[in-house]
Amino acid sequence: MFRELIGGLRITLQAMLRKPETIQYPEEQRPVPPRARGRHILHRYDNGLEKCIGCELCAGACPVGCIYVLPAANDPADPVSPGERYALRYEINLMRCIYCGYCAEACPTEAITLGPRLDLADYKRERLVATKHDLLEAWPGFRPSAGPGSRAPGELPVTAGPGTPHQGPSGRAPGVNPAIPATDAPGPPRP
Amino acid sequence: MILAIDPQVNVPVTLLVALVKGVLILFVLLTTAAYLVLAERKVSARIQLRIGPNRVGPGGLLQPAADAVKLIFKEAAAPEGRDRFLFELAPALAAAMALFAFATIPLNQTICINGRHGAGPLSATCPGGYALHWDLAHLNIGLLFILAVTSIGVYAIFLGGWASNSKYALLGALRSSAQLISYEMAVSFAIVGPVLLAGSLDLERLVQAQHGLWFVFMQPLAFLLYLTAGLAETNRLPFDLPEAEGELGAGYHTEMAGMRFGMYFVGEYVNMVTVAAIATTLFLGGWMAPVFFLPNWLGPIWFFAKVGLLIFIMLWVRWTYPRLRYDRLMQFGWKVLLPLGLANIVVTAVFVALR
Repeated sequence: MFRELIGGLRITLQAMLRKPETIQYPEEQRPVPPRARGRHILHRYDNGLEKCIGCELCAGACPVGCIYVLPAANDPADPVSPGERYALRYEINLMRCIYCGYCAEACPTEAITLGPRLDLADYKRERLVATKHDLLEAWPGFRPSAGPGSRAPGELPVTAGPGTPHQGPSGRAPGVNPAIPATDAPGPPRP
Repeated sequence: MILAIDPQVNVPVTLLVALVKGVLILFVLLTTAAYLVLAERKVSARIQLRIGPNRVGPGGLLQPAADAVKLIFKEAAAPEGRDRFLFELAPALAAAMALFAFATIPLNQTICINGRHGAGPLSATCPGGYALHWDLAHLNIGLLFILAVTSIGVYAIFLGGWASNSKYALLGALRSSAQLISYEMAVSFAIVGPVLLAGSLDLERLVQAQHGLWFVFMQPLAFLLYLTAGLAETNRLPFDLPEAEGELGAGYHTEMAGMRFGMYFVGEYVNMVTVAAIATTLFLGGWMAPVFFLPNWLGPIWFFAKVGLLIFIMLWVRWTYPRLRYDRLMQFGWKVLLPLGLANIVVTAVFVALR
């Protein structure tokens, strides 16, 4: 009997001497797996043009119909995207989205992908409808386009432009720039 | 114990000293009880590979204050059909008796102010001067007093369950009183060993009798028995049948909310301190330095260090073992602890008689 009792105490003592496993979210965050499907990102080409050509195939492919695209014709003198059209408005209802990734598969230009951001809770339902402003990739040399929400001509460039990753309470976007480096090293041995 | 006032006793000074000591002990005990809750949560967290409370104040150090504020401001919901008087009395009794039991525990050896120290370095007398005792009530039957007061604590639990007019509370209270009475026997039997060796119920004499060799080395069995039965006396796992949250709601304090529960809580944790303090006094040499070359005048520090060690062991045990089944609990108390305690008494008595 005593050997079992002592053995039990030994196990708990060993546990006490080990480093706790707790990750203190949001100060500490686990890296998100590379292929995780979080909030969507609308991408740009290297020259700053939006990849989205407003074809609405994503909206058609969406099984829950949470994507709304309002296309508009590009001004040839000042194009927003390399195609004929671009998305004047691009909205995703994140409350309805099931994060299946079919939109990304349907997209002919790889303009939309599902990003690493997973903390999508909010206090207001309105804010959970992601607009183009929220989704579009940041670009340092942000260039004014004709669409609403973009900068008026002559306005100063914004360094943290629209589409900048959301900053959490500690100034970090969860999963996007985690505090814990992603390593393939195995953790401590488990019993 | 002073029925006729000794003309040598300076009454105002004695009263003042008693008041100061009382306030100090109360303050220290209540603070310790509050921080024990934090310690318990921290230890349990580390055993379960968690971090534990660390948000309120640096490292969670203000967590007890937050808990206290929460408990005080909670609605004191109470069931219909309760016994109004007993329902108020029981929690107060639980806290009061737990605090009361600490009164006779000496934290240090008697210090003689303005007088000749009585014969021998360990004497508690001080002719011509003022003998500063490091306990609230310097009784020559201190140990008996503690046993009596902790027995009243059982009433707090039983009356609390009875007054609640709730089946869970009543069942918890029934179990609890059966358990406490059974294990009180074991506690008393374990205590008799050191008492026989020291030949006194005076806690200060008991400590002094351990000069050179602590009773834990002469009475290891009694020490183990006392610790085990002490866990049961404080209703802690693996003997927390009275609370048994998986079976009885919360046992005897199921219906207690807000500060009524808070009083039981305080009582439980102060009881832990008391049990550890008694074990320190009886078995671990009280205020004496753990190794002979360390200074003895740090008495209270040694005392509280030993109490802390014992409390850590109690926490450690709590988070290691599962709860005993009720019949096993009774069996263990009556068929294992009691005979072992009796055997220990017999062996010790023979040893003392032949010495």
